[in-house]
Amino acid sequence: MTPYELLWQPFADFAFMRHALVGCLALALGCAPIGLFLVLRRMSLVGDAMSHAILPGAAIAFIVYGLSLTAMSIGGLIAGLVVVLAAGLVTRATRLKEDASFAAFYLVSLASGVLLVSKWGSNVDLMHILFGTVLAVDDTALAFLAMVASATLLVLAGIYRALVVESFDPEFLQSMGGRGAWAHFAFLILVVLNLVAGFQALGTLMAVGLMMLPAASARLWAKELPALLGIALLIALLAAYVGLLLSYHADLPSGPCIILTAGIAYFISLAAGTRGGMLRSWLGRAHLEA
Amino acid sequence: MSHAHHHAHDQHGHHGHSHVPATDAAIRLDNLTLTYHRHPVVHHVSGHFLAGEATAIVGPNGAGKSTLLKALVGLLKPNHGQLDLGGLKPRDIAYLPQQAAITRDFPLSVQDAVLLGAWRGAGWFGRISRGLRQQAQDALARVGLAGLGERPLDELSAGQFQRVLFARLLLQDARVILLDEPFTALDAKTTADLLAVVAGWRAEGRTVIAVLHDYEQVRSHFPQTLLLAKECIAWGPTTEVLTPARLARANGVAVSWDDDAPVCHRDSLPPPADTPHDHALHDH
Repeated sequence: MTPYELLWQPFADFAFMRHALVGCLALALGCAPIGLFLVLRRMSLVGDAMSHAILPGAAIAFIVYGLSLTAMSIGGLIAGLVVVLAAGLVTRATRLKEDASFAAFYLVSLASGVLLVSKWGSNVDLMHILFGTVLAVDDTALAFLAMVASATLLVLAGIYRALVVESFDPEFLQSMGGRGAWAHFAFLILVVLNLVAGFQALGTLMAVGLMMLPAASARLWAKELPALLGIALLIALLAAYVGLLLSYHADLPSGPCIILTAGIAYFISLAAGTRGGMLRSWLGRAHLEA
Repeated sequence: MSHAHHHAHDQHGHHGHSHVPATDAAIRLDNLTLTYHRHPVVHHVSGHFLAGEATAIVGPNGAGKSTLLKALVGLLKPNHGQLDLGGLKPRDIAYLPQQAAITRDFPLSVQDAVLLGAWRGAGWFGRISRGLRQQAQDALARVGLAGLGERPLDELSAGQFQRVLFARLLLQDARVILLDEPFTALDAKTTADLLAVVAGWRAEGRTVIAVLHDYEQVRSHFPQTLLLAKECIAWGPTTEVLTPARLARANGVAVSWDDDAPVCHRDSLPPPADTPHDHALHDH
């Protein structure tokens, strides 16, 4: 197999592969920075929770309108925002911490979603919603993915400074009259939006992987925020491209291939990362603490 | 001491403060009650923080010290009573949270963390001018971290990190500075250096209010003390407040903390330790 056949021919030959590639790259552009902020805010599991929370919305839309991307996206968006708002209200009004209130709502939400799909849909439909079909990304889906990626990057640019400060020292920002809550809320909306965009291509469960794995990997390489963002983006984009190739050549499902590729990047970072990687700390110990 | 006429007073009821000239008080509390998640934490505290003076807030754990600071900086609304900032605007009050509330391994450079002190001027989008960067460097030099601006925060020791937060306070240039346990778990050298910064603020006529645990620090650097144990046990010159009898009383109140108390009970305060000393100081 020539390098051309290995690395590019699938995209040259098949429109569906080109669609899938552009869609996944767009998704990676939005998901990587979102994931990084989730890690920095110690909200890694909130992304997971939210991915489950959008399920009933998508399911209801699916039952009513059939397999319509627009309807399912709007349904998922509404369900996600309801959970964000409800969890936020609970956190402010009771002594439950944010992760606990999120967990409670997403579990209820997930159970309702599974119930809805199994009662009125079929197992195939459920698998489709949970794991997506990146190879069925059509023009509408592509436009939606591109819109979400653009909106994510623009909004992040706008709230960047407030979001960084709010992640670092929320009470300080509040004491300065900094309205960090707005940045926080805008950020949560972006999380939901990217997960909804992701579930068509990768499925609700897999979309979280494209957020968290590149972000967690980047933490092991860089020490400043711009570098972290760059590395997370690079890993996410590479994972999308390599994962799709892997899925094509080995005839494997594309979503898991993309996430596992990101997973490999994570394990490499764990081992070789220059900041807290295992090799580095073992070698460093031997030298410094002798 | 310039404010010798303010004797420590034990609070059993609500007092007027007509004998205090208005210019002396930076912040007045009148029958202030604060709750945290609907739990009363600070009860019916009245008194005033002297302007241009350093006041320590001491008391047992759970005494409401941090809660009171949060109310002063506007993070908490009073449930009862009045909090009179006497014309101070929010920008005039700087606040240092407890270190535990801050993410220490955050990927920011030291200089960027110090520049946060300029948030009010820069906001979400404002430019960081060359002059501002110079101010940040000067502030770092003043806390003993000259030339470390490019370091990432997560490479700092706990002491260096607290120095960075003090540099951030310097950049805020506020008339009133609130510190929540600023020297907890710090080495002796850092504590001494940062206490010197506090002394500098006093010399510049700024008001410093700090939650502290170390009575020696309080005695040597904070002329005024508020002894708090949910209620105000005593408030006045440090030498008159930090007496064994009063400290024992503060601890007694803290022990009686009832986690399920639904409402404020004025009479939950144990009877005062009735020493002659106490009566001598009682100025009402």
